[in-house]
Amino acid sequence: MGSLGSLGSTGSRSNEPHEPEPHEPHEPNEPHEPKLISNILLFGRVLRAAGVHVHRERMVDAIQATEWIGIRSRADLRATLSALLVHRHEDLALFNEAFDLFFRSHDSSELDLPLFSLGERARIAMRRNAGAPQRLDLESEASEAAAAAFAIGAYSTVEVSRTKDFADFTAAELEAARRLMLRMRWQPGIRRTRRWQHASRGDIDMPRLLRANLMRGGELIDLPRRIRREAPRPIVMLADVSGSMDRYSRMLLAFASGLTRSARQVESFVFATRLTRVSRLVSVATGHRVVSRMVRDLHDWGGGTRIGEALRGFNTTWARRVMRHGPVILIVSDGWDRGDPKLLAQELARLRRRCSRLIWLNPLLGSAGYEPLTRGMQAALEHIDDFMPAHNLRSLEDLAAHLQRIDHGRHGDQRHT
Amino acid sequence: MSRAPLAIPPSVDALQGALAREHYIAERALAVSIYLALRLKRPLFLEGEAGVGKTEVAKVLAAALNTSLIRLQCYEGLDVSQAVYEWNYPRQLLEIRMIETATDLDRAAATHELFTETFLIKRPLLRAVEQTRERAPVLLIDEIDRADEEFEGYLLEFLSDFQVTIPELGTIRADEPPVVVITSNRTREVHDALKRRCVYSWIPYPDFDKEYRIVTAKVPGASERLARQVTAFVQDLRTADLYKAAGISETLDWAAALVALDRDVLDRDVIDETLGILLKNQEDIDSVRGERVGAILARVLA
Repeated sequence: MGSLGSLGSTGSRSNEPHEPEPHEPHEPNEPHEPKLISNILLFGRVLRAAGVHVHRERMVDAIQATEWIGIRSRADLRATLSALLVHRHEDLALFNEAFDLFFRSHDSSELDLPLFSLGERARIAMRRNAGAPQRLDLESEASEAAAAAFAIGAYSTVEVSRTKDFADFTAAELEAARRLMLRMRWQPGIRRTRRWQHASRGDIDMPRLLRANLMRGGELIDLPRRIRREAPRPIVMLADVSGSMDRYSRMLLAFASGLTRSARQVESFVFATRLTRVSRLVSVATGHRVVSRMVRDLHDWGGGTRIGEALRGFNTTWARRVMRHGPVILIVSDGWDRGDPKLLAQELARLRRRCSRLIWLNPLLGSAGYEPLTRGMQAALEHIDDFMPAHNLRSLEDLAAHLQRIDHGRHGDQRHT
Repeated sequence: MSRAPLAIPPSVDALQGALAREHYIAERALAVSIYLALRLKRPLFLEGEAGVGKTEVAKVLAAALNTSLIRLQCYEGLDVSQAVYEWNYPRQLLEIRMIETATDLDRAAATHELFTETFLIKRPLLRAVEQTRERAPVLLIDEIDRADEEFEGYLLEFLSDFQVTIPELGTIRADEPPVVVITSNRTREVHDALKRRCVYSWIPYPDFDKEYRIVTAKVPGASERLARQVTAFVQDLRTADLYKAAGISETLDWAAALVALDRDVLDRDVIDETLGILLKNQEDIDSVRGERVGAILARVLA
């Protein structure tokens, strides 16, 4: 009794992580079985192979812990290993799946098998990808990337006009512009943090003043000063990649990559009917290819843009996690919205309350005679701070200059006017 | 000063029992995590949505272990002078003025006396270290996600050796590690370096049975029927697409409000009138009030 084998072979596999089991009383100091130790070590390796970051010290703790908790109850073993080997909420589902697989296949006859079946390990890895498109395997893009690298030489001589509309670019110009954008410097406005910094100007730093001068018997000789430390504002970019934006989406992704590489905190999302986070993808060299493919898939699903719903998804799921420190929000869309304009207005209003600046970039704004007449755009206009074009390199340069000026959010700007 | 080391319950069952005596219903998985944190002397890292009762765990644990609770509330810009210690400068200045009026002034000795414990303001981390001289306290570091990365870095160091160095006084060490409970609402990702030193536990919203037991325990005036309906309604409401779902404390407030209104059953009118207790967001209230309330109520009463 008390071996892992008996755990695995008693109940059938259950998808429910908290199986209701009677907790048998156990002696706290059951002797370790060598098999148990090797199985826990093996399980740690399986978790690591599946992409869970397992810390080595925690493995030692886990072995120690099973001695205290006892291992007669599968639920307790699950709780023990989960508490010690997992430290991210997003890894919990994966852990539970791995736990079920591992302790199902290990009945007593299999216990001495040297390796956990490779087939099942692969299954875990595959499911992880299926659930999280932003973690697609980048290496499968390697050959495509190599081909592109070979071709880049041909593009490098292309002169790119800064006033030509992206939509009219040839493939060569697009590639050249893309590379140009990666080199662009983005400096979003700064915000004042709550942390103090020693400085030669600013308010008198009372704690430091007293501390320094107490040593001299309280005579105030030096007047140390302090100011609030400043940090660049984070940027959140929400890019429309629906069919109507097709001619611009490639440039948008390059724009996102360029931003991510030069500014410190950038979060990027793309949306058509639903929202996907691509922050990590656009920060790696070949990531834009993966995103491009994703965008093509999105088009295949059809259905047009529902900006309001996408923003609602952002507000409910992501805003709490990425909207810290008064970010600047960039929404890039032509405003062709198939959704409810009322919902769009409501979500924009909500978004605006939580950021320092809400900027809508519309590539169509650059074309002569364009009027923002679509229902979606009409609904949006009263809730945004800036409405700017984004159809050529010149307009992006203007945007860069504009971002640099946003220091104290919209309230600060009003003071100047 | 007599030292009484912390008595750790001998098993998970014993711990669960001790928590239950403090009227806290801990699931088995949470009890295992707490037990492991106590045995391994590692911080317990509790993550979950706001309002699932993370802070409560620390409070109840302190009561169950018969020790004190020391709480550090985190916020952006939290620094050593607010988290660890600070010299009481106004008092020091006052003291200097007094010394100056004295005729036989020994400046060196006077200055030396200014940096003694009398003039030290002890903040939670230092108090937690000092408290271990009597008995290890429960140190609650609440909402770590609100603090900035600089503080996280300091905390990492503090949690590895539980000592505080004050240049003027020397180093103060803990006699035994305090029981550390760190909570996070996950408004940002806390750095892995900190989390992986901890015993991690994700606290979900309670299921129907647990929440029902909490309601009956904390709102004794509610009839069984009302408690069931309230719990079922909130459970259903949490599955709706809302900006901010109702936490346990909202459920309790709502149940108490209904009792105060002499209600024994839910109906559409009373729900519409009291919805502001459950949902704290105008858009959420507007989207739920009326038809959706009716639909949820129909399921609850079915």
